[in-house]
Amino acid sequence: MSLLSNTGALLGKELRTEFRSRELLMTTVIFILMVIVLFSFTFDPTSAESRRFGAGLLWLAFLFAASLMLQPCFLREQTNDTLSALRLSVSDPFSILLAKLAANTVFLLVTELLMLPVFAILYNVPVVRVFGQLLLVLFLGSLGVSIAGTALSAISAQARMRELLLPVLLLPLLTPVLVASTQVTAGLLDVEPFLQWKGVGFLAVFDVVFLTALWLFGEYLLEE
Amino acid sequence: MTATDPLQIDGAGIRFKNIEKRYGGLFALRHVSLDVAEGECVALAGRNGSGKTTLLRIAAKLVRPSSGEMQFTWQGDQDCATPRTGFVAHATMVYDELTAEENLLLFARLQRLSDPAPMTERLLSEVGLSERRGSLVRTFSRGMRQRVAIARALLQQPQILLLDEPATGLDPEGVAWLAGTLRKLRDAGCTLLMSLHGESPISALATRAVRLDAGSIVADTQQGAEMHGILEFVGG
Repeated sequence: MSLLSNTGALLGKELRTEFRSRELLMTTVIFILMVIVLFSFTFDPTSAESRRFGAGLLWLAFLFAASLMLQPCFLREQTNDTLSALRLSVSDPFSILLAKLAANTVFLLVTELLMLPVFAILYNVPVVRVFGQLLLVLFLGSLGVSIAGTALSAISAQARMRELLLPVLLLPLLTPVLVASTQVTAGLLDVEPFLQWKGVGFLAVFDVVFLTALWLFGEYLLEE
Repeated sequence: MTATDPLQIDGAGIRFKNIEKRYGGLFALRHVSLDVAEGECVALAGRNGSGKTTLLRIAAKLVRPSSGEMQFTWQGDQDCATPRTGFVAHATMVYDELTAEENLLLFARLQRLSDPAPMTERLLSEVGLSERRGSLVRTFSRGMRQRVAIARALLQQPQILLLDEPATGLDPEGVAWLAGTLRKLRDAGCTLLMSLHGESPISALATRAVRLDAGSIVADTQQGAEMHGILEFVGG
């Protein structure tokens, strides 16, 4: 119970500070918007072309956004050494990581949902009829990115060359999630949309395995 | 901690047994053994880099020693793994993007205090920030932030209070207020372990002085004149 209540209190803090400053959301939304708009000029976004490239492009933009978003996740806690205050206050340090990854997932999903209509209009791809299934893939993919990204953000925040370290570690680790997410999304953007359950299952397993690893070893990530 | 509150705290002791802390090849602490008794007020003195902060962070369980052992000793609620510990560090350990009240409420909830709102209100009043309770901490002066930091450390009525140069940023009035607050806590039975630079109204509270040099304890006394000598030493 203390894990859940601590996580709830910390998630509330994360959301409150972000929606008060809007630093991360503004930066990432503008960044993804630029990527999506720029790519729409590089090829003729007919429906057929968009179906071939759209899914990959979308997840590439989300990946860049995530690496922007994840970087300050633990760096913010170093400004006033608030991470130490959190470690002194919570009974289970996993609640700190759980709140961070929940907040990152929410921020990523908000960004993705804001960008989805822009993508659908600029690339001439209908997404309304598969919105529910697309939401499932976005959620599982974003959760996977957030779990791995939060863990690596905690590691890199204490390292030298931290700005370089996170993307270097993040990209190889996230390759399986990105491949699976892209494949499932491509299936949903097809002329005859279909949900690749195998890909969905893979994403769910990835999330469960990494979440379990974070639960088991997360405490060590927060130590000085 | 108000005049109407007869505060009684079951202090806890800290036992450092042959503690060593290395950062790579650099020794921050070398074979430090120190027993801090329940209700004692110990001042740590020494040059910058002598190991005071590291020792305090080990006591707060924020840093794991490379070798040796740190234990708490206390009577009372032995069901708890550790006694209630408050820590005032160099950094304020509060969020700039939250108000003073939001900060205290957050930490009170994390510490699972039964009724956080009245406690928060009382502490804000005691640190003289009632009128600024709704202001973001980033709009505060360094001294005001330090007051929020001290209020945060006092939230759970600590059995042990660790203070790393707690007067940082406080004006003379603030230092006098802090000395008064710490005196009440000491007299109520709270164990105080604090690092200090030079003599001040706060150092006058110490019942024992320990001087560290290059990570080792070089002096440890409860004698008035010797204590004065240790605390007078500012170092470089």
